[in-house]
Amino acid sequence: MSNTLNLTLQVWRQPSTNAAGTFETYQAHNISDDASFLEMLDIVNERLIEDGKIPIEFPHDCREGICGTCGVMINGRAHGHEKGTATCQLHMRKFNDGDTIVIEPWRAAAFPVVRDLVVDRSPLDRIIEVGGFITAPTGTAQDANQQPIPKEVADSAMDAAACIGCGACVAACPNSAAQLFTSAKVWHLNSLPQGQAERYKRAESMVETMEEFFGSCTNHGECSEACPKEISLDFIAYMNKDYIKSKVKNRRMSSQI
Amino acid sequence: MLPDAGIPEGPIADKWDSHKFNVNLVNPANKRKFKVLIVGTGLAGASAAATMAELGYDVEVFTFHDSPRRAHSIAAQGGINAAKNYRNDGDSVYRLFYDTVKGGDYRSREANVYRLAEVSVNIIDQMTAQGVPFAREYGGLLDNRSFGGAQVSRTFYARGQTGQQLLIGAYQQMMRQVGLGKIKLHTRMEMLDLVVKDGSAQGIVCRNLTTGDVTSHSGHAVVLATGGYSNVFYLSTNAMASNVTAAWRAHRKGAYFANPCYTQIHPTCIPVSDDFQSKLTLMSESLRNDGRIWVPRDRDDNRLPQNIPEPERYYYLEEKYPAFGNLVPRDVASRNAKTVVDQGYGVGPAKNGVYLDFADVIQRDGRDVVEEKYGNLLQMYERITGEDPYEMPMRIYPAVHYTMGGLWVDYNLMTTIPGCYAAGEANFSDHGANRLGASALMQGLSDGYFVLPTTISNYLADKLGTQPLSTDDEVFQKAERDVVDRVQEFLSIGGTKSPEYFHRELGKLVWEYIGMARNENGLEKAISEIRALRDEFWKDLRVLGTKDTLNSSIEKAGRVSDFFELAELMARDALTREESCGGHFREESQTEEGEALRQDDSFAHVSAWEWHDMDTPQTEHREALEFEYVKLTQRSYK
Amino acid sequence: MASPTLVKKSSDAPLRAKGKELPFPLNLYQTAVGKKWVMALTGIMLLGFVVFHMVGNLKLYIGQVEHLNAEGEYKLDYDINIYGEYLRELLVPLLPRTYALWGLRFGLIGAFALHIHSALTLTRMNQVSNVAYSSKRDFIAANFASRTMRVSGIIVFFYLIFHLADLTWGWTSDEWVRGHVYENMVNSMSRPIVALVYIFANILLSIHIFHGAWSMFQSLGINNPKYNALRRGFAAGLAGLILLGNISFPLAILSGVVDI
Repeated sequence: MSNTLNLTLQVWRQPSTNAAGTFETYQAHNISDDASFLEMLDIVNERLIEDGKIPIEFPHDCREGICGTCGVMINGRAHGHEKGTATCQLHMRKFNDGDTIVIEPWRAAAFPVVRDLVVDRSPLDRIIEVGGFITAPTGTAQDANQQPIPKEVADSAMDAAACIGCGACVAACPNSAAQLFTSAKVWHLNSLPQGQAERYKRAESMVETMEEFFGSCTNHGECSEACPKEISLDFIAYMNKDYIKSKVKNRRMSSQI
Repeated sequence: MLPDAGIPEGPIADKWDSHKFNVNLVNPANKRKFKVLIVGTGLAGASAAATMAELGYDVEVFTFHDSPRRAHSIAAQGGINAAKNYRNDGDSVYRLFYDTVKGGDYRSREANVYRLAEVSVNIIDQMTAQGVPFAREYGGLLDNRSFGGAQVSRTFYARGQTGQQLLIGAYQQMMRQVGLGKIKLHTRMEMLDLVVKDGSAQGIVCRNLTTGDVTSHSGHAVVLATGGYSNVFYLSTNAMASNVTAAWRAHRKGAYFANPCYTQIHPTCIPVSDDFQSKLTLMSESLRNDGRIWVPRDRDDNRLPQNIPEPERYYYLEEKYPAFGNLVPRDVASRNAKTVVDQGYGVGPAKNGVYLDFADVIQRDGRDVVEEKYGNLLQMYERITGEDPYEMPMRIYPAVHYTMGGLWVDYNLMTTIPGCYAAGEANFSDHGANRLGASALMQGLSDGYFVLPTTISNYLADKLGTQPLSTDDEVFQKAERDVVDRVQEFLSIGGTKSPEYFHRELGKLVWEYIGMARNENGLEKAISEIRALRDEFWKDLRVLGTKDTLNSSIEKAGRVSDFFELAELMARDALTREESCGGHFREESQTEEGEALRQDDSFAHVSAWEWHDMDTPQTEHREALEFEYVKLTQRSYK
Repeated sequence: MASPTLVKKSSDAPLRAKGKELPFPLNLYQTAVGKKWVMALTGIMLLGFVVFHMVGNLKLYIGQVEHLNAEGEYKLDYDINIYGEYLRELLVPLLPRTYALWGLRFGLIGAFALHIHSALTLTRMNQVSNVAYSSKRDFIAANFASRTMRVSGIIVFFYLIFHLADLTWGWTSDEWVRGHVYENMVNSMSRPIVALVYIFANILLSIHIFHGAWSMFQSLGINNPKYNALRRGFAAGLAGLILLGNISFPLAILSGVVDI
């Protein structure tokens, strides 16, 4: 049954990208443990407004763990301590009365803070636009059942495609690498028969664009642990392989089995 | 006067083909001379943007999100319908068409729905070619399931994340064009006004949510793919930022708003737990395929549900509707849940839910099978409620989910403002008074991929040789000033209550009086109370901070202020429609058994509302609905 | 240009511009993924060296054996000294004496250089890409080994120099005699401080290998659900064996189990 919690929050406040930021401390009293983490912030914000103080900006939208908008560092972990859970699906019953919660925005050179806890993740879109697609202009498609795809392949592609683009992988990575995000998309498309025509070009351009913005993977595995969709490190290996192949392989022969 | 909807002549199966032949075309070399502004990057917006850019148009896309991939189409769980008949179970384009018109309670246009059913097959082909990982069988072919009460298996799905996979598919296709430089993408840009001159759409005015800059953008045509307005209820399954502002601003500039009272209440959501609750979470309707819905027969039964013996459980849907049982359409399922809860049978701490029980199927097929099918949904439930759905039944209750109403559009998807189009949930759509499950994704993609890119040339062809209106023009300048003034006004009211407070209060009114069941007294009361609350809003609003940085209070205030005006129109529309149909249930119009009763003689029409000004109520225009192919019957699911 | 240049720290502008692509195979070394691939390959070479080196050293425990020397007479000699001499004579008469050994040495030096250079440049890339958190991080998967690769790598590098100076060049002792591997080892490691250096450095080496020997599979793209579970075990086992083998030498010498 529902209990209430009294919490101390330390929240990163930063008025704008170029301004200096700092932690501010807030008391969050009488928070129902049925509230979600973001609802807890809603309550804090309502109280701040009542007191005439500027509310905390935090990223959120669908609040059902699928849009990928939300995401903050909670006590040193991306999306908090609950495995496979986005911030919006984290509930206060996972915290204890009297806890101090430190909330910080994602940090990466490619993710500048917009305000408070909100960061700009548009480099992730830059990675998609150079190769995260299958070129199939509208109207060109053949019948969907023309080409059978083994269930294992479709399932694996789906595992990779489950990525919500929240950026937790980058935030959790000590190197701010975006390997998990990029490899999830590379594998989603490269594993499918439809994606074969552009396979090596895709791996090549996505990896090289990724490296314009992000750090290098040192295989810590933090990304996968932080990922709300628990996307596997395996995809990083597959991407690495396809990338090297993209440089080595004679692509003129790439449609030969 | 409502313009002609422009339904093509001829047999229904040929209308779309003949229309495609008859529309004016733009020569491929000339397409780049036309600038199309697309607002919204959900299924409809992203697919329209991608396709139009592929065709060669000069496209600019606007989204208020930080990335186009965040649009709320992403949250659709269950699936997408298509008349592929891969199961050989008697499905056809005609059956999908028929089911959709019937499911919509005969309040949609036959020709539009037929077109939707027709292109549904192309959507599946298109999305598969783009790499959407639809569920497959071991033979490698696509899997289907029956969904939302359909008696054929025509729903394609990608686990419980079909909306996400389709949206990401459309997004990727659009991003390819962004990468190629064919689309200019504006993120964190919220459209706050439509600019109209000489009767046609010239462009939009946007506010950059990060910097507060207000800018004008002009084009030959504007496409609004800005979603629905469920958030007028405050608590809905929509994302927090979903709003009616873009459509509403267009409405205020002359676009008629059709059937605002058609709102869909989804039967399987997690019940409200507390007053701080910010949104409701949908549990896919597919759960009803295997779960059984019941309440204890004894209103004061305080035992744990798993301890209540079978005879003491009231499986109200199975008892009332033996043929369809738990799979009755959404509106019927929702209304029955409301009835039993209103009668005091509700379960849970707030007695505001009903049980959705998986015990039988777990016993029959084993936990593994259930986990494979519904694992992610059940896990989500467990996270939110802290209760294990494998051990005890889930608690569910209806919640607002989708709005069938929206901007009135003709067969070309053009609103009553020439050059301004509406696609996806933003238009009044093909769903009539009630949308069938797995049809929203279909409609968004149909509009964006296949309909709009074809029909828009009909308007643009005449504009060859013209330049978009300069943004220095007085109409743009005035619109910019209006937007700036409005933002300034929010900041300078200096009252005591947050935009959130007003939104929540408004939501309570709308849910109470314009929710699942409506009556004349309530609707009239709603209108006066909404007005009173709106007056308070403009006197007592408190928006802190500045306008030149990210400030979600400003965004929220603008959206809430438009919801006030919409809510009033919803009430007026519901008041005018003295019948029950689909998602609109007027208590005055029901059968003896309490089922919705349509009044086809007087209400087989679309109500399209024309804006005048703040002090004059909108006037209603009616588009008569003619049914040549579908026979109007009382829907019965017994 | 070998590595990209720093551009600007903001969102839409890249942190570093893509350089002009060099001809194959140099282009592989232009990107981080390519560098990691090189790091993994050179890591495998170095691992091979470490394993062979350890196996060779185990001959310490064989002590003296009867051996037909160059003068054609049977004499008692330390097995490890015989092995040392064998390495110099590897592939003789196909190649002149020590040529094969020098070939291997040059290979190893090249591998070291690339391994270190890639580590340095990637570290710099990561430092530019990363912004430190102001609050304390709570790592889940990153372990001591993966977090200390740079430190353990640097220390092992300096240890390697010391090790060469100590036993290959004989700079740390007057008693050192070329070719007398056994005696040199025993003399060197009888000094407790030196023995401690060896123990400490080999612990770090094993920690480095514990992460590296797993990580290399990822970097090379060797991943198959059928054997993925074995990769961790392989890395841990290898690190453990190397640790046991290598620290056994100073311990055995210090404790007098092995002496002259």
